[in-house]
Amino acid sequence: MNWRRSLVAVCLAVPLLILFRFGLTRDPRAIPSPLPGRAAPDFSLAVFSIPPGEPPATPRLDTVRLRDLKGKVVVLNFWASWCLACRDEHRVLSEVATRMQGEDVRFFGVLYSDTPDNGRRWISMMGGQSYPGLLDPDSRTAIDYGLYGVPETFFIGRDGRVAYKQVGPVTEIFLVGKIRDLLMQPVALGNVP
Amino acid sequence: MMGPLGSSALLVALALTVFGLCVSVLGARQHRPQLIRAGYAATYTNFGLLLIANLAMVVALVTHDFSISYVAQVGSRSVPLFYTIISLWGALEGSILFWGLVLTGYAAAVVWANRHRPGTLVPYAAATLFGIAAFFLILLVGPANPFHTLSPIPPDGPGPNPLLQNHPLMAVHPPFLYLGYVGMSVPFAFAIGALLSGEHDDEWIRTTRRWTLAAWGFLSFAIVAGMWWSYEVLGWGGYWAWDPVENASFMPWLTATAFIHSVMVEERRGMLRVWNVSLVVATFLLTVLGTFLTRSGILSSVHAFTEGVVGYYFLAFIAVVLVLSLVLVAGRSAELRSRGRLDSALSRESVFLLNNLVLTAFMFTVLLGTIFPLVAEAVRGARVSVGAPFFNQMTLPLATLLLLLVGIGPSLPWRSATPEQAWRQLRLPTIVGIATAIVSVALGVREPMAVIAFSFAAFSLLANLQQFARATASRMRLHQEAAPVAFARVVGGNRRRYGGYTAHIGLITVAVAIAASSTFRYEREATVRRGEGVSLRGFTVVLDRLWGRDEPRRFVIGADLSVQESGRTVGHMTPRLNFYRQSEQPVATPAVRSRPAGDLYVNLMAFERDGSQATLRVLVEPLVGWIWVGGAVVALGALIAIWPGARAPLRAPRPVVPAAEPLREPLDEDADEGIPAEPAAEGAR
Amino acid sequence: MATVLVIAGAAQSQAPAATRLADTSHLDDSVRAVAQTLRCPVCQSESIQESPSDLARDMRNVVRQQLAAGKSSDEVKAYFVSKYGDWILLKPRARGVGVAVYLLPMLWVVIGLVIVMLAVRRWTRAASVAAPHATDDPVSASASAEND
Repeated sequence: MNWRRSLVAVCLAVPLLILFRFGLTRDPRAIPSPLPGRAAPDFSLAVFSIPPGEPPATPRLDTVRLRDLKGKVVVLNFWASWCLACRDEHRVLSEVATRMQGEDVRFFGVLYSDTPDNGRRWISMMGGQSYPGLLDPDSRTAIDYGLYGVPETFFIGRDGRVAYKQVGPVTEIFLVGKIRDLLMQPVALGNVP
Repeated sequence: MMGPLGSSALLVALALTVFGLCVSVLGARQHRPQLIRAGYAATYTNFGLLLIANLAMVVALVTHDFSISYVAQVGSRSVPLFYTIISLWGALEGSILFWGLVLTGYAAAVVWANRHRPGTLVPYAAATLFGIAAFFLILLVGPANPFHTLSPIPPDGPGPNPLLQNHPLMAVHPPFLYLGYVGMSVPFAFAIGALLSGEHDDEWIRTTRRWTLAAWGFLSFAIVAGMWWSYEVLGWGGYWAWDPVENASFMPWLTATAFIHSVMVEERRGMLRVWNVSLVVATFLLTVLGTFLTRSGILSSVHAFTEGVVGYYFLAFIAVVLVLSLVLVAGRSAELRSRGRLDSALSRESVFLLNNLVLTAFMFTVLLGTIFPLVAEAVRGARVSVGAPFFNQMTLPLATLLLLLVGIGPSLPWRSATPEQAWRQLRLPTIVGIATAIVSVALGVREPMAVIAFSFAAFSLLANLQQFARATASRMRLHQEAAPVAFARVVGGNRRRYGGYTAHIGLITVAVAIAASSTFRYEREATVRRGEGVSLRGFTVVLDRLWGRDEPRRFVIGADLSVQESGRTVGHMTPRLNFYRQSEQPVATPAVRSRPAGDLYVNLMAFERDGSQATLRVLVEPLVGWIWVGGAVVALGALIAIWPGARAPLRAPRPVVPAAEPLREPLDEDADEGIPAEPAAEGAR
Repeated sequence: MATVLVIAGAAQSQAPAATRLADTSHLDDSVRAVAQTLRCPVCQSESIQESPSDLARDMRNVVRQQLAAGKSSDEVKAYFVSKYGDWILLKPRARGVGVAVYLLPMLWVVIGLVIVMLAVRRWTRAASVAAPHATDDPVSASASAEND
């Protein structure tokens, strides 16, 4: 029984075991997005759901374009009526949107892979939505944002860059904290790369 | 009642396993037959206990006893009885319970078959099997306990994963897969047993030969059944996606195939001992790795079960098995090693060496591709994915080479051949191969790999058929028998060899079918209104009507289609979309029209609610049905090779001799009358 | 979820009114070729060509639109990589750490071949000097002297 050879052989196995141990600590489904830090892709989406009792300061638009919102913080939430996890965060988003109405932040809910009728029905079932619902036919914008499931929420800063992508439902603390951070950032002067 | 019954059976089994392990090892070390027999008795009892536990689970499933956690997880009152029964292996805990049944079943059977064998090989092998069983039982009693009781008792359950209740092949693929996977524990246990007992002859190989072949046959059948299931359920007309779980079943198959060939070299020449033991250990480790990859959540896959703490248990088990095996094999390698001797480079032995090289390279490529996302992330923090295009590109050359070797091996004799002898065997297959290449190009095949594949396949097919034909002809001449009788006697007289050639033919069939169905695949997707059709390769598929049907567990949308060829209606197909209650995405049931020449395959992709139009994806895949036929032929070949013949006499274990001598006795227990044994002059070296 | 479809009456099964056209099939082939290299983000083991999911279909349409507008396959793939990361490609890039996954298997074959050739040479030389047994035809008239 040659113990030295045994030891050598075992040493060869150790890296493999470490690799697997490492593998157990990560979630293969959580894919990092290349978008944060880059300019948010522009979009021009039709509104299909108008929030009730709009304050007169907000002009009534039937199309929302991202470039019109430069200088403001934008929270772009992708959702669907068939998405169970979207229900969890809906109340949070709507309440925080209402609370922060006077500030320089705009909320939008983009409907993903669903029909406007379903979307409207869902909104009324959830007790209303305090921000506009947008339509994304053919999921062009969703793909532009590298979406692979719902809910996903993108935080766009005043400089027009994607600051953060949240996969899965947002919590109130996180949502408010992130928005406040972004509101404190100055608007970038000059070109955004 | 089933809950406590199952739980206690598992608990007793675990205790008995520990007992059996200790008793077997002690009995072996101290040469105490009563302890050894006690160990054997524990093996049989263990099987009985696992049988009780599994039956208890089936009863609980069928009676919808939702107080039991596993039933609450996969059971449902609206699922038909057939799918309820097979949901036994539908999720993590149940599948481990079933694994335990198969493992203890194999252990009991192989111990029983060898209960009179003297020496310490069998007790150590039994101890190894106890060790493996201990791991699974710890899981079953701990984190993966299927008999957990729930309170309050839910009124109903969600049912099994929709993918698993959509097709009856789900009753075939997992059990056979487990029979194959778990079956590889047997040669592994005996290899470890041989290393532990110090019996360094090749006895363990002879003892486990049929078991290994049986496990290999089951695994082959299971892989093809899985391909067929994918084809019929997943809806894209393909049958292999190089998904990590598919790879997990394929890798042990590759090393097991290498093993069943190189083992023949060991039996004849006493060589490659360390290599063969390593192959068997690798095969077993790959089966455990496969289970680990599926159940730990470490890789994303279609099949992945739940994640959680089970992954860590599996990692610990892999670590223990890997370390212990490496210690034993490396430590004893000097004693095992024999001086190799080959008569000639032009011999079957050399072909087997090449075969092993290609098969292990194949396994390594698949393994590397499968775990590469992990490696990339560990080393560079990068998220990459490795999918079908990579695997196809990297494994195609190896598979093609294998297709050639499958014809050369049977054509070359053992030990040595002169170039003239070799050419005499290879002449006709080579001519046929070249002719096939010419014909293929003439018929319009433009892909070079396809032409090569077809010509290699023709070469190898003829080479194998030639073996049957020549032996039958010789026998007819010698014994004045009619062809069918001579043929039956030839095959019956050397089942191992001709079973092997049969399996080769099956494999060649699968290869040709895969080559044809992927090279000549045509696809068209279109949205059509009622009365309109989609045309492809001479077929027109017309949408007659869309319908919907409400079933307890799902809502089914179907499209009635007429199939037309040259204007005449030749058939009807009904692809369906099944919307299960608990799932957002529907599970498709594509419609498949199988003919020997190929399949017409239609999948319903989308539909309008008012039934006015539907989106259909139509595929024409030539020869794809021959994959399933080929798989059956491979299994048949394994069956022929295993078929029992005369019993081999038991022999006392041989002392440790690092022998360079080839074995002297006839190697094949099923040599029949009329076939002379290996000439005795062979031993006079 | 789905409302019950009201389908009444069989359809006429005369000659189909419209079939899908050959003049788009070249674009179809290009779309298929590119789509087969992109991973479906939703069903994570299939390409967007094979996957039945809505996202895959929408992504295929993006591919089609960009190819029809004149972009090259590489540009389309680069677009998706810029949105989803390297992970969207089913074949890892052959640079950086990705080189290993292409190189190592080839090394195994090459090194293995060398080992096998050296071993065969050593083993055939180690064979005893005794003349090789005259086995004329391995499948001889005495009906397979070989047992395997």
